[in-house]
Amino acid sequence: MSAAHWRKAMNFNESGRSWSGGRATAPPRPAAQAAPSPLSLGWLQSWRHIGWRHVVVLLAVLVYPWIVPPFFTYQIGGQALVLGLIALSLTFLAGYGGMLSLAQMTVAGIAGYIVAILGVSGTPEISLGWPWWLVVLLAIAGGTLAATLIGWLSVRTEGIYTIMITLAVGMAFFYLAQQNYAIFNGFQGFQKVVPPVVLDVDWRHPLPFYYLALFWALAGYFFIKYLIRSPFGIALQGVRDNARRMSALGFSPVAHRVAAYAVAGFIAAIGGVLLVWYNGLITPGSVGTSWMINILIVAVLGGMRHPVGPFIGAVVFVLLQNFAIDLIDRERFNLVIGLVFLVIVLFSPDGLLGWWDKLREWASRRMAQSRTGSVRGNGWRSVGVAQVRPLGRR
Amino acid sequence: MSLRRWFWVWLFGLPLLALAIWGIVDNDRLFFATALNGLTLAALYFLVASGFTLVFGLLRNVNLAHGSLYLLGAYVGWVAGEYLGSWFLAVAAGFLFAALMGLLLQIGVFRFMQGQDLRQTMATIALSIIAADVALWIWGGEIYQFDPPRWIIGSTALPIVGKFPTYRLVLLAMAIVIGLALWWFLARTRVGMMIRAGVDDRAMLSASGIDVQKVFAVTFAIGAGLAGFAGVVGGTALSIAPGEDTRYLLASLVVVIVGGMGSVAGAALGAVLVGVAEQFGLAYAPTYGIVFSFVIMALVLAFRPQGILGRRA
Repeated sequence: MSAAHWRKAMNFNESGRSWSGGRATAPPRPAAQAAPSPLSLGWLQSWRHIGWRHVVVLLAVLVYPWIVPPFFTYQIGGQALVLGLIALSLTFLAGYGGMLSLAQMTVAGIAGYIVAILGVSGTPEISLGWPWWLVVLLAIAGGTLAATLIGWLSVRTEGIYTIMITLAVGMAFFYLAQQNYAIFNGFQGFQKVVPPVVLDVDWRHPLPFYYLALFWALAGYFFIKYLIRSPFGIALQGVRDNARRMSALGFSPVAHRVAAYAVAGFIAAIGGVLLVWYNGLITPGSVGTSWMINILIVAVLGGMRHPVGPFIGAVVFVLLQNFAIDLIDRERFNLVIGLVFLVIVLFSPDGLLGWWDKLREWASRRMAQSRTGSVRGNGWRSVGVAQVRPLGRR
Repeated sequence: MSLRRWFWVWLFGLPLLALAIWGIVDNDRLFFATALNGLTLAALYFLVASGFTLVFGLLRNVNLAHGSLYLLGAYVGWVAGEYLGSWFLAVAAGFLFAALMGLLLQIGVFRFMQGQDLRQTMATIALSIIAADVALWIWGGEIYQFDPPRWIIGSTALPIVGKFPTYRLVLLAMAIVIGLALWWFLARTRVGMMIRAGVDDRAMLSASGIDVQKVFAVTFAIGAGLAGFAGVVGGTALSIAPGEDTRYLLASLVVVIVGGMGSVAGAALGAVLVGVAEQFGLAYAPTYGIVFSFVIMALVLAFRPQGILGRRA
């Protein structure tokens, strides 16, 4: 985060303080004036930033299910949106909080298990069959609570330890779900966990489910976009960059981190409810190590610099999952995804978004070259970007 | 300070003591057999986790492919055992193959990411996925059993417990020997001294004219080799099958989180705690066995985040 953001964060949290890096700064603005401005400014800015590409993407995702067969609507579109939502929670936690948690799938799985245990499933001996709205509320609450506890445990150590602790917590939950028959129904898990029929719409059908997932994915996306500009989000990024300094400024790094876990858990729990409805079942395998790591792969594949990353990553992941098998043996999907992940980790730490940035940089450099004189060959493409580029720069 | 420590000892010690006395009075044979089983499991966990903690302490590399090294070592050891017909050669092959893999990883991959903890860790995750799938490709989903010498697989009569598999006692002895050897290597040899110096201050070690990369490579090879060794030795006690890699990765993670990261003595202590807790959980509360080790981990994290014998980073 830039120094400007820092100062902003400090000013509206407590306007009495005016310190930035030991140098005296201008006296703070009055609190009454300072407090509302970043909020309204944030909203204004986010509206002003809506460009044609946002409209195109929004239209594309809205029209998408009408122009493709149901398989693409449900298996590709629906699954990518749900996985993207769960990975979004990891992107928020890792990209903006600096905590790489592998337990996001566990949180989603806990919410899914709550849906199966309290709601209706193919195992009536265990499932309680409560009404769906109560079950969903309790599942999201339970997932958020579990995430908060996991966060509270793992923020006691820092950096690389987080990944170990969250991995251990997630694996422990997997083995518990696998070994325990009284509550989790052991190895078989729960089958026939279907979304309810509400407002005369069967949400299990591809089209309604797609729009349901799309609604929550967009809600999650805009929520995160809003949150990272809010005072809390900016303080969280401050904690990520320099926890000691933030704590010297009077912020509590631990409280911010645990709150970030809770927020991420809330999103992951919504994703978990959608995922259990998407699959129609939940088994220990859905919270196993491979799925915990798949969420990490989705988030890293897309890039953690922007909340749109996990959705891009999820689309690529789901496409690979469904079509990589055409190129090679079906059984070797893990090999493909492992190699893709390795390539991304080795050559593009910022994921596909990082490649996009590099491409743009390369294009603009080419533009700059072509403008300074030597126009060689395909000039038409350069002209287009050269016209756009200076506007952004000015 | 010492009063506080005694408070903790009594807080956890008294209920445990009471439970132990109840266990002995209730069924002494079950109790001691479980304790012995726990210790042998702890021996196996120590063999796996000591390499993990050694690598972490010096290289700051959380090697999440450690479980894969365990499994690959076991498979290669099994193949060697089949062709050469000797269990001891199988153990050696498992150790050497895993050590070679570790060496290749350090020289070929991790050396280029020095200091980037997160990237290294993610690379190890990717490698563990690839390794698991390649192993599945080559060896399939079957369960493999080793063929150790006859005198090892029998059983030994012990007081109270009765008949107990000899191999588990051998495993226990092996872990103690390896632990002592590791201690001797780290405390008394020149390379061990370099490793310890590197754990304390990597930059200073390099400044005093020692080729740090060589020390790193040796450490990684030893750590990985121990995983492969444990793969064959543990595969003989239980069996080898896909999925064992994550199981032993979880074990090493919990053991080093409990014991303290980067400390070999901590790995021993953590292994004993986790192994014994797991076996008692399995014997007295079958479907909640994993919860016991998890509760230990959570308690340690809550009250002593750096691990029991760990130092604050």
